[in-house]
Amino acid sequence: MKNLKKIFLFVMLLCSSIVIAQQTPAPKQTKAITIEGATAHLGNGKVIENSLIMFDGGKITFVGSALTKITRIGEIIDGKGKHIYPGFIIPNSTLGLVEIDAVKATDDDAEMGTWNPHIRSLIAYNTESKVIESMRPNGVLLGQITPRGGRISGTSSIVQFDAWNWEDATVKTNDGIHMYWPNSFTRGRWWLGEDPGLKINKKYANQVSEVANYFKASKAYNKGGESITNLPFEALQGVFDGSKTLYINVNDEKGITDAINFSKENDITKMVIVGGRDAYKITNLLKQNNVPVLLQRVHSRPNNDDDDYDLPYKKAKLLVDNGVLVALQASGQMERMNSRNLPFYAGTTVAHGLTKEQALQLITLNPAKILGIDTNYGSLETGKSATLFISEGDALDMRTNIIIEAFIDGRKISLDTHQTKLWKRYSNKFKNQ
Amino acid sequence: MIKKQFLIFTLLCSFSFYAQDYFPKNDGVKATNTNYTAFTNAKIFVTPTQVINKGTLLIRNGKVVASGTSVNIPKNAVIIDVSGKSIYPSFIDMYSSFGIEKPKRSSSNSRTAQYDASRTGYYWNDHVMPENKAINNFKYDSKSAKALINAGFGIVNTHIQDGIVRGQGTLVALNENAGNETRVLDVSSGQYLSFRKSVTSRQAYPSSIMGSMALLRQLYLDADWYAKGHNKTKDLSIEALNHNKNLVQIFDAGSRANILRADKVGDAHNVQYVILGGGDEYERIAEIKATNASLIIPINFPKAYDVENAFLASTLSLADMRAWNQKPSNPKMLAENNITFALTTHSLKSPNAFKAHLLNAIKHGLSKEKALEALTTIPAQLLGKSKMIGSLKNESQANFLITSGDIFDKKTKLFENWVQGNKNVIKDMNTKDITGNYEFSLNSQTYKMSISGESNKLKTKITSNEKVRGSRIAYKDDWVNIAFTTADSTKQEFIRVVANVDANKNLNGKTIMPNGNELSFFAKHSKEEDVSKKTTNKDDTESEKIFPVTYPNNSYGFSALPKAEALLFKNATVWTNEKEGILKNTDVLIKNGKIAKIGQNLSDSNAKIIDAENKHLTSGIIDEHSHIAAASINEGGQNSSAEVSIEDVIDETDVGIYRNLAGGVTSIQILHGSANPIGGRSAIIKLKWGETANNLIYKSSPKFIKFALGENVKQTRHQNGVRFPQTRMGVEQVYIDYFTRAKEYDALKKSGKPYRKDIELDVLAQILNKERYISCHSYVQSEINMLMKVAERFNFNINTFTHILEGYKVADKMKAHGVGGSTFSDWWAYKYEVNDAIPYNAAIMHNAGVTVAINSDDGEMSRRLNQEAAKSVKYGAISEEEAWKFVTLNPAKLLHIDERVGSIKVGKDADVVLWSHNPLSIYAKAEKTIIEGVTYFDLKQDKIKRSEIKSEKSELINMMMQAKNKGLKTQPIKKKIKEHLHCDSIDNDYQH
Repeated sequence: MKNLKKIFLFVMLLCSSIVIAQQTPAPKQTKAITIEGATAHLGNGKVIENSLIMFDGGKITFVGSALTKITRIGEIIDGKGKHIYPGFIIPNSTLGLVEIDAVKATDDDAEMGTWNPHIRSLIAYNTESKVIESMRPNGVLLGQITPRGGRISGTSSIVQFDAWNWEDATVKTNDGIHMYWPNSFTRGRWWLGEDPGLKINKKYANQVSEVANYFKASKAYNKGGESITNLPFEALQGVFDGSKTLYINVNDEKGITDAINFSKENDITKMVIVGGRDAYKITNLLKQNNVPVLLQRVHSRPNNDDDDYDLPYKKAKLLVDNGVLVALQASGQMERMNSRNLPFYAGTTVAHGLTKEQALQLITLNPAKILGIDTNYGSLETGKSATLFISEGDALDMRTNIIIEAFIDGRKISLDTHQTKLWKRYSNKFKNQ
Repeated sequence: MIKKQFLIFTLLCSFSFYAQDYFPKNDGVKATNTNYTAFTNAKIFVTPTQVINKGTLLIRNGKVVASGTSVNIPKNAVIIDVSGKSIYPSFIDMYSSFGIEKPKRSSSNSRTAQYDASRTGYYWNDHVMPENKAINNFKYDSKSAKALINAGFGIVNTHIQDGIVRGQGTLVALNENAGNETRVLDVSSGQYLSFRKSVTSRQAYPSSIMGSMALLRQLYLDADWYAKGHNKTKDLSIEALNHNKNLVQIFDAGSRANILRADKVGDAHNVQYVILGGGDEYERIAEIKATNASLIIPINFPKAYDVENAFLASTLSLADMRAWNQKPSNPKMLAENNITFALTTHSLKSPNAFKAHLLNAIKHGLSKEKALEALTTIPAQLLGKSKMIGSLKNESQANFLITSGDIFDKKTKLFENWVQGNKNVIKDMNTKDITGNYEFSLNSQTYKMSISGESNKLKTKITSNEKVRGSRIAYKDDWVNIAFTTADSTKQEFIRVVANVDANKNLNGKTIMPNGNELSFFAKHSKEEDVSKKTTNKDDTESEKIFPVTYPNNSYGFSALPKAEALLFKNATVWTNEKEGILKNTDVLIKNGKIAKIGQNLSDSNAKIIDAENKHLTSGIIDEHSHIAAASINEGGQNSSAEVSIEDVIDETDVGIYRNLAGGVTSIQILHGSANPIGGRSAIIKLKWGETANNLIYKSSPKFIKFALGENVKQTRHQNGVRFPQTRMGVEQVYIDYFTRAKEYDALKKSGKPYRKDIELDVLAQILNKERYISCHSYVQSEINMLMKVAERFNFNINTFTHILEGYKVADKMKAHGVGGSTFSDWWAYKYEVNDAIPYNAAIMHNAGVTVAINSDDGEMSRRLNQEAAKSVKYGAISEEEAWKFVTLNPAKLLHIDERVGSIKVGKDADVVLWSHNPLSIYAKAEKTIIEGVTYFDLKQDKIKRSEIKSEKSELINMMMQAKNKGLKTQPIKKKIKEHLHCDSIDNDYQH
């Protein structure tokens, strides 16, 4: 087995050094593809051992058992011993908005100002980013590109990770508005000699009413009447008519509760909690109000010294077990380059209680549902986009997350990156010395 | 007879007491008062242990002349009968800034860092100011003095509380009626030190506690060199330091951990500091005791937190809650362990609060005798002034308190505080107690009046014909003013009384009726009101529960340190990291902290058997690059900081240690940060959770130092960098310069000629002599190559490149040089110099023959280094067996501890981890983490600890609620934030 792997890799290496480096976006699917014999993880909780998956024209045409008597179409890929997954989805991401954290010139993720619903991430999304291409060899194929900063940061869009430009990349334009709920706590300004600890934010109530007022004003504006055009108000329109989801970044228990009540009071039908550090404490409230959670990074330290060491690892389970719709995300330090570890975040939740298929849902069908792209993406189902990949083994485990082929809308994409090119170049350098 | 001689002697002496005796007199005739004052029938505490009942205290000219039960009272004595009252020596506060204006912060708004000193003729570091003298800044502050006098203090020892070396302090008597000529007792009462920089200078060095420690060490060496006459130039700071050498040295440490650090610095230079603590000494009392230092202890016990808001309360940490519960026991613990300590008002907002805290300490078990010693004889002794102050022995200054009884009783009144024979009245002890019942008549109508309450807050009740009248009373200096309403309640009319209190407490005076008529008034005092309805104050009787200290004293600490056990793991999959490879169904026996046997069907009657079927046993993970468990990481105040050591600043209380254990980590190297090309020395520790900081460090630890290259050291993200170097070109020259100097230094040192001992150059010479290894933070290939060439030029090798993200580009050169690489698994894109960082780096270096480790540099990632190692299987197809070595055996090799740890081999330390799955799998969990046979983490124990934390916190919250209900003051909740330290972290709390 080990030898086989070695031989396989060696062949891969040879092939790739012959083939011209191809990070050029793949052309449209022109030939049908059939993958036979692999274990298919559908993303909706189901697994088909010895599966048969066929897709044509970018759409999945068949998902079932390889024992099914049906004509195989197009190119046939032998998937024996391998695993198929729907493309992983990274929500609340700044991929393509920043290239190098410390180089300000490459940093486009946060506009100045407080009320920025009109600011759109999509047009700044850089499809040539070297960080984006590094997602693909790990199975992360789709993302919600999200602005940061301010009280209302702006409007996100959903893209796929193999495109010439942002128009090509678009999966869903202007899908949601993102905002940061006021903090219940503020930090002492140590540089002014204050205690650097957290203390209660005395302006909290004021800040919350500012938010409420802004939404009320925007709602009134959008009812019509004689007004001078107000771009931010107009951009907010979608959260009232249900065409946009409101994403509220909030972590503490009280803040989450207040944010849910705020949404109800303002007739915002689609609201999602982002971060949700303490969401596991109020699962009933979340469930009753059908509020999903884009959970803070699984690989993080517990917030308090007294917390269980594994609290961040097991929060997904605590939410899922109580009926909350959860997806994983990666925001935080080094979030862009870390997004390729999304499958391993999911894997970690398995070590802490979820089943592998439940964990897989956290990065496939659940985010697709939350982002509102589940009619087309998020699971391997007939009629959905053929956005999927084949892995040597279990894609939630680093050892076996070895992607052989990946497809976005049926297009067979390159798995080369700036990093694999350097790998090959220098491996060859030393081999030839 | 002897007494008589003595009296004559004191008489002679007393003339010298008034220093202004020789001053010209222009406002009248010379009127010297040499009378005696005798206090009779008092209970006199000559010292805390020498108590005279019904004795006499005789004073004259500000000094005690005699005390005892049969003191001869001279004719020219004013006699004050204080029967029923007690006399104590006044208190001494030996740590104060009384009368010294707070030094002003440097007013510069410059954003450019300052690296050089602002002064000339003094030491090179502005924060060293032994030449300072408190007396030069001293201005007697009557307002503060009053507060101290009211709290029972007669003497304060003050100094300028600013800087690392602070110069001489001044001992002052709080004599309100004299000038400085009389009240200043000593203008060089001691020399003062701290770890904190002066606010008056912006000089960057030191920027960490370890830097402050290094600075003090070098200063002592320089002072010695100077004293021997070797210095060619003048240094007023060093001269002052040498001049102050024989004074008591008082160190502001401010916490348990810093007491140990200060003592360590002092011990190395034969200085025993008297150390200001932080009130948390009880957490590691044995370690504190072992310093042999005398302490000055603040008693600013925390108030209960206001926990009514449940959201807020949930952010409180067990450690902070425990501090509230445990800190009042600190003085008792110190006393029980025979640690010499004085008490201070330092850190209290006002001395007014002192008594309440002191009573709290006594309630928590501090004996009254020890309390009195800590306020009188001990500070006097520590200041070398036992003959002058701190007791009422003959010849002592007449500094004493007159109280209504036991001074440590809540109800006791402090009447007078005499300082240098001058009386300060706090409460008039001659005030008659007029509480009781009175009867009087006006216009043939009889009234009954009862007076109750404290003399300054008296209440009256006046009745006539069974009808209660509205009334009010004021009482001062033997006169009462009473007003009460007339019988006609429809009118707002008052009858007023003004009366003098006579010796029998009868009231004699006149009444002014509403119509203006005056009548004489006489009220007879009858038997006192029965006030014996003893309000047994709950507060005093009930003994509150004190939670036991754990090790460390925060969540997940051990109530008793765990012990090494003999353990037999049965049927495990054993990852040996040796030529045996991965063994299935194998038993491993651990005994005496070592791996004793590996094999099949092992048995040992004394060993505890652990069923490890379907589980994996490995050696513990070793993190070559960690920043957990340290109080500071960077000393960036200079481009080289070889003189600092992380071993000085280990924080054994960091919960990161426990969390790393939960991730299977057993050893780490805590590296200095990357603020400068030559960083500080490392600490290599085992994560023995619960042990003292010192016990974590490897025995005869290999010596390491951190170097750094690239963006951080050239201050890329500083707006106005002014510290050399600002380019990679300059970095090379820093190394060449320092190594050249170190070489010359070492040659001089070895020549036997006198040389100025320089800690920094000593450390660099160790590198040249191959006694110390370098672990160098590095990114791009050019600089990696450069450092290897510099090392080769000076004939040594770089031991490890850490981070080494472009190591794959020069793997062949690294192999040839013999340097190892300790890298991140997949980090990149966070700065420009990691643009070409690739996750295949480890694989390429490994394949080229370089010893490769995967490290964390991050307290989060270090909890799952097994996963990071597994990424090498994905990125570069490294075999699982080799990938596992990346986080165990290979870092052990790089750290030169592979003889002891890093594999499962008979004879090596029993540092092992039992995993639920293949340790490289994302699904693996560490179930047991064992170091030298001691189980420091156990999944089952962890569950128990969680529930214990929950119940202890609930109980404490309840107690805080009760405290609030009792009317005790509370404090708002503030959550402490522990910084998540990385290479480029700078101590937040260190900056001012």
